[in-house]
Amino acid sequence: MSDPGRPQGWFGPFGGRYVPETLMSALEELAAAYDTARADAAFGVELEGLLRDYVGRPTPLTEVPRLAARLGRRVRVVLKREDLNHTGAHKINNTLGQILVARRMGKRRIIAETGAGQHGVATATVCARFGCECVVYMGTEDMQRQRLNVFRMELLGARVVPVPAGTGTLKDATNEALRDWVTNVSDTHYIIGSAVGPDPFPRMVRDFQSVIGREARAQVLEAHGRLPRTVVACVGGGSNAAGTFAGFLDDDAVELVGVEAAGEGLDSGRHAATLARGRPGVFHGSRSYLLQDAAGQVRPAHSVSAGLDYPGVGPEHAFFRERGRVLYDAVTDDQALAAFETLARLEGILPALESAHAVAWVLAGADRWRDDDLVLITLSGRGDKDVTLAAERLGVSV
Amino acid sequence: MSDASLAARWRTLRAAGRAALIPYFTAGFPSDAMSRDAIRGAVDAGADIIEVGVPFSDPLADGPTIQRASERALAGGMTMAGALSLIEALALPVPVVLMTYANPVLAYGVERFATDARAAGVAGVLLTDTPAGIDPELEQAVRDAALDVIRLVAPTTSPARLAAVVQGAGGFVYLISRLGVTGVRDELPADLGAQVTRVRAVTPLPVAVGFGIGSPTLARQTARLADGVVVGSAVVAALEQGGCAAATTLIGLLAAAVRDARA
Repeated sequence: MSDPGRPQGWFGPFGGRYVPETLMSALEELAAAYDTARADAAFGVELEGLLRDYVGRPTPLTEVPRLAARLGRRVRVVLKREDLNHTGAHKINNTLGQILVARRMGKRRIIAETGAGQHGVATATVCARFGCECVVYMGTEDMQRQRLNVFRMELLGARVVPVPAGTGTLKDATNEALRDWVTNVSDTHYIIGSAVGPDPFPRMVRDFQSVIGREARAQVLEAHGRLPRTVVACVGGGSNAAGTFAGFLDDDAVELVGVEAAGEGLDSGRHAATLARGRPGVFHGSRSYLLQDAAGQVRPAHSVSAGLDYPGVGPEHAFFRERGRVLYDAVTDDQALAAFETLARLEGILPALESAHAVAWVLAGADRWRDDDLVLITLSGRGDKDVTLAAERLGVSV
Repeated sequence: MSDASLAARWRTLRAAGRAALIPYFTAGFPSDAMSRDAIRGAVDAGADIIEVGVPFSDPLADGPTIQRASERALAGGMTMAGALSLIEALALPVPVVLMTYANPVLAYGVERFATDARAAGVAGVLLTDTPAGIDPELEQAVRDAALDVIRLVAPTTSPARLAAVVQGAGGFVYLISRLGVTGVRDELPADLGAQVTRVRAVTPLPVAVGFGIGSPTLARQTARLADGVVVGSAVVAALEQGGCAAATTLIGLLAAAVRDARA
């Protein structure tokens, strides 16, 4: 659904390559290497084999009847279980694809940014698997919140570099990773963790994540003989949502919903609802929506979930929003925490707080559906990483 | 505004047979008033062109010194409007190049920015994260206001891309001397002369070199190879550590080095 009127890398007026000149040749090289890889059957075979044997794909589609009963009608709800991937989230679909591209370019040093640590772990994992040097930039605030993931990355052989600048969170880690890339661009590949950044990252990350939507569509047809009425995914940068939606874009009858983090409420000023409350601008290499003040300075985001705590969003989502193809909405920290508990109690599945936002949106919208409607939620990751934080919020000491 | 245009300034410099010293200041650092004093002091100390940076919250092309300066300037309330009124009030006898990132310009409004920048006396605009070809509409608005679009060339700019980069460029070409972010280094890259030659082969525009140049020694060496020498982080660091006096002293030494480089 990219706009044919503009060159590759643009989604309508969004996207592009807003980067220092120093990176332009690396982006051209990457785009060329990626396009060549896509057209090469051997690349697809290698990636598919690794997704099957190393990651554990296809991930199952799980029906959750006790959760569905909460909606008060005979609505059926299914989860696409990205939490069951190796490393516990959808992130590895992308890191695996990108490291294969990096190998084709002969780049053996890999850098990444991470917020919650899920993308950092997924990057450290594939670097260990392929014997590449791995440097992960992480905000000092996030390192405090996610100490366990810092240690996981180090166990996997990565060097985690603390970023104290700015708010010490994902946006600052991304700035620092970009600065490393500008400095070491000749031998280094930057594995961006979401469908953000300069072209070709948004489309490349979406393509590597589109396995989610492709599998889910086939599985739901197989199990239910029809398409879902509604497909829901959480949106921070937007990679699991972009990958999920990619499978259903041409199915006009399927309603697509992206759920952002409303944090402490949309009017509190402490949220990460970029599409709901941001304005178009340029941030981290592309033109998209972002949270900013009147003078164009980026405003810090807030979400209880570190993975959604980002003031930008992928350019393709900005495009979907303007086209009206996807409905974007937001749920609060409290709603997400409640959904986190509800899914655990009713279905024995502990979702990542990020994914809990998608579950919370469905729980809040019972009136939207009629009997026998089918709702598909992408459960982008598992919630083990969030247990300590949930305990704190629930006033339990562990 | 005779000598306030870049072209006129370069003609004067060529006639004098010397390179230009182009110091960089972050508008509003360490405060609005002190950045004005520092810029006036720089002109008195021999700066030929002044680069004024409008701070951005996420300066991904900048090293720690300019990051800190940007943060402090923003904390002090500096904005695009504030930077333009600062430039207008200074009414400098030398050309001013405004340097920033895309988003503060977009937020201000592209056409309004171009008009107001021109009215404030800005001669050229340099957007660190808007490389040639990415945003033709933005660049055209700048050009339509009779401002020069200053383009950057990096060591990684491919020969094929180089020709496109200088197409539509004005004022001068800003040659990034090395990979990486802004910040002071100990020596010039060995291939700097070849890099300058490579740019001169495709454009008649003057070539100014920046990134990593902080001492009179490196400024002198650069002035022998190129038409202009940009000094950013070292000036900002002097201002940070020793106030306007330290910055003016450094610029005096740099100006002397650039002036006698070809003597």
